[in-house]
Amino acid sequence: MTQIPSNKDASAHIWNNPKFHELVRKRTVFAWTLSAVMLAIYFGFILLIAYGKSFLGQSLSGGVTTIGFPIGVGVILSAIVLTGIYVRRANGEFDELNRQIIEEAH
Amino acid sequence: MTIKTTAFAAILATGGMLAATAAFAAGADLGGAEKQATNWHAIIMFVLFVGITLAITYWAARKNKTAADFYAAGGGITGFQNGLAIAGDYMSAASFLGISALVYSSGYDGLIFSVGWLVGWPIILFLIAERLRNLGKFTFADVAAYRLAREPVRIFAAIGALIVVIFYLIGQMVGAGQLIKLLFGLDYIMAVIAVGALMMIYVTFGGMTATTWVQIIKACLLLGGATFIAFGVLSNFGFSFEAMFAKAIEVHPKHGAIMAPGSLVTNPIDAISLGLTLMFGTAGLPHILMRFFTVPNAKEARKSVFYATGFIGYFYILTFIIGFGAITMVATNPEYIDVAKGGLNLKGGNNMAAVWLSHAIGGDLFLGFISAVAFATILAVVSGLTLAGASAISHDLYANVFMHGRASEKTEVMVSKFASLGLGVIAVLLGIAFEKQNVAFIVALTFSIAASATFPVLVMSMFSKSLTTKGAVIGGYIGLIGSVGAVILSKVVWVQSFGFAEPIFPYVYPTLFTMPAAFIGCWLFSKMDNSARAQAERASYDAQAIRSETGLGAEGAAAH
Repeated sequence: MTQIPSNKDASAHIWNNPKFHELVRKRTVFAWTLSAVMLAIYFGFILLIAYGKSFLGQSLSGGVTTIGFPIGVGVILSAIVLTGIYVRRANGEFDELNRQIIEEAH
Repeated sequence: MTIKTTAFAAILATGGMLAATAAFAAGADLGGAEKQATNWHAIIMFVLFVGITLAITYWAARKNKTAADFYAAGGGITGFQNGLAIAGDYMSAASFLGISALVYSSGYDGLIFSVGWLVGWPIILFLIAERLRNLGKFTFADVAAYRLAREPVRIFAAIGALIVVIFYLIGQMVGAGQLIKLLFGLDYIMAVIAVGALMMIYVTFGGMTATTWVQIIKACLLLGGATFIAFGVLSNFGFSFEAMFAKAIEVHPKHGAIMAPGSLVTNPIDAISLGLTLMFGTAGLPHILMRFFTVPNAKEARKSVFYATGFIGYFYILTFIIGFGAITMVATNPEYIDVAKGGLNLKGGNNMAAVWLSHAIGGDLFLGFISAVAFATILAVVSGLTLAGASAISHDLYANVFMHGRASEKTEVMVSKFASLGLGVIAVLLGIAFEKQNVAFIVALTFSIAASATFPVLVMSMFSKSLTTKGAVIGGYIGLIGSVGAVILSKVVWVQSFGFAEPIFPYVYPTLFTMPAAFIGCWLFSKMDNSARAQAERASYDAQAIRSETGLGAEGAAAH
């Protein structure tokens, strides 16, 4: 992005552009929400390990596979899915808004 | 119990990537790896890997002209390539051999560590990656020092980075020495010297370009090899997990207990502190943070985290299958069992679970391949670490502190190359010195410093308008000194290395206490700071926010 000169005028334009504040607000809310979801999932898992061993050890569907396995693998998959959700919106919607902000600053 | 702990000891050292609770860090004895017969398949394949990577280094060296080439591969790495390289930094020999060994001996407990190491990645993406890319140039200190006083902040960042890098290097070196005995049947010292010499060549001549490609190649080999093993295991059970688990329960001495969490995590405070350490430690490791400067923009930085998370998550699921596969296919074969010890004990220790499984699936040739990949893994991780340490010395300390930002690019790169050589020599000497030492503290130490000192200062500098130099430096040192102090006073050092009866700090990981202390320190001492300089630093936050949010004026791959 170095083709864009970083001068004071551009910065002032950006600061006065309501779209900039919209971008920051939207992205911040989105990022912290997803972070909270990840933290809740992970520490929920840790607390289950510390306090709910017998729950995790229950049979999943009558066989030897326990509930703990889909839950553990689910935590791993949730991390991948959450990053996917963020990247999709950030590289699409947010980057488009960002492009407009930078364009309007010149 | 002793057998179990000895088995993990080498891996704890190896990695820095396999953490341990007090229970299984206890009684670690690193002299435990027994030398095996010379494995020519493995040696030849490893030499082949070295040949290819040296050719890449030669190519990279001809391309390396500027400081941006040396530190950040000219910003020319794509998100996908960087995702593989990050995954490579993360998938150490320890996580491959160690987690599969942990699953082999304890079953479900192995998953707890895999999960902890993975969930830090989404947080890095949501809060750090793009801001880091937009604000920084070569090191994370660029970000912390963006609107704060250059010298004190860089000195703090460099001290933190160097402690992490040097101890992490010791762990890798000791691990390399132990692994070479197990995998190649060669002597400890040969491994330490070979790793030290090759790492110096990669880093000094090839810079970040060579280091990244070594990491990418290794990541592909490791993912490919692990996929092949897991596929072999599952096909043996008609692709039924239920059938695999049933067989594992039948043959494992713990039977049904391997299907649920066991004794690994018992104390909730340790569990939460371990979780915080694994999760936020990753977000403060200098060699990981440095990777975000190798991509051209924030978009590619985000993509690289997505790919990295995908590869690492996939890899951890594979190690889990490999661990259970080893229970069913290795523990049942007398060829792999250490007859003298009996039970589940494998020849060469339980860290060999994945290696023997590769033999059960693909014979001598495949065992050689997996051994070579495991060793190549250490080499790649060590190179990344050395480059991160050298950048802290040349970019932060030399160029920005000693030369007050007036060093020429050429001399800065020269200093960085000499620093790489110096770190290489230090790593070799410490690797030899620590051969018989207990290095189980290294994971707790490095990850705790990263989570308690680097991470809070980085996050505060990005998100807190009120942060001042005074607050960042005092808060950062509280986290740094607190975490180092607490690890020294905890069981792994105070009892196991110093021989005292009782630890003064009762938990394994101090992060639950030291990370909040660092955040509070940053906040409190910034609030109390009302100097003219502090006012100016607060006033410049808005300009920083524009750049960190939009990438306006960010350092890009302009030269390319």
